[in-house]
Amino acid sequence: MDDILRSVEAPVNENIPDLGPGDVVSVHVRIKEGDRERIQEFKGTVLRVSRGGQNSSFTVRRVASNGIGVERTFLLRSPLVDKVVVERHSHVRRAKLYYLRERTGKKARLKQKIQN
Amino acid sequence: MLKGLLGKKIGMTQIFDENGRAVPVTLIEAGPCYVTQVRTPEEEGYSAVQLGFGETKSKRLTGGQLGHLNRTSAPPLRFLREFRVKETELKPGDKVTVADAFQVGDHVDVIGTSKGKGFAGVVKRHHFGGGPVTHGQSDRTRTPGSIAAGTGTGKIWKGKRMAGHMGNERVTSMNLRVAYVDPERNLLGVLGAVPGGKGGLVMIKEARKQ
Repeated sequence: MDDILRSVEAPVNENIPDLGPGDVVSVHVRIKEGDRERIQEFKGTVLRVSRGGQNSSFTVRRVASNGIGVERTFLLRSPLVDKVVVERHSHVRRAKLYYLRERTGKKARLKQKIQN
Repeated sequence: MLKGLLGKKIGMTQIFDENGRAVPVTLIEAGPCYVTQVRTPEEEGYSAVQLGFGETKSKRLTGGQLGHLNRTSAPPLRFLREFRVKETELKPGDKVTVADAFQVGDHVDVIGTSKGKGFAGVVKRHHFGGGPVTHGQSDRTRTPGSIAAGTGTGKIWKGKRMAGHMGNERVTSMNLRVAYVDPERNLLGVLGAVPGGKGGLVMIKEARKQ
């Protein structure tokens, strides 16, 4: 019976690469305006990735104008997410980067991870 | 067409609706059902359609059940349930499938047997608050407290809510929206929860209070 449940659920979005905390990403979100559809980018740092099959999600934080932090959580399999582009990986020592919320400016920087 | 079906609960998951929002869905393997009898005011005094569901081996049924089913061309069926209708063009032997009965956007009532909870206390069964936990109270955290007035009344009112058997009873989930229909696999998905455990028999009807 679980096979039937799995078959109804949304498939994995192939346009989302493997994400990790600290990644600087640009999320392409589909937005419907009346009968028109356009794509909006949301750029920021991945604060957390929550694994849970159909309910998997990731949260992206960006600092908007006036230093106001904006966080958005996306479901990994949501049809509203068109694609995700990873711009750089960071060297982080935690799975959830909540400490970034209390930091601004130079302290909120993350060291870039060079992949070999 | 008859807006009713029998089905088997498969389980819950979430899907994305047309706006891209994740919604909770209960999947039901609904039908195919066979009309096994049509009750008429002339014969039985009321009008209803008897549907059968759940193909099984004929050796699992009793002679009486088989005899009843043999009056139609239906295969051996485990479950028979009646649906009251005003009038119907259905005849015994007709097959009713999900696509015939429901479409995405319809509202339905789903009737099932809730999970049995056994002998349950008053906190679980009737949502009582229980007693205090601190201030020296040691033996009354989940007790019902006082159940009646004193010797003046001298009795306990009938229907006083107390501990007892909970669950394993007929429950109707009303006004669930149909979110998914798959005619090929006889699948029906309704928004929200449905009584009973996985694999349980459910009756799906058109919503009474829309």
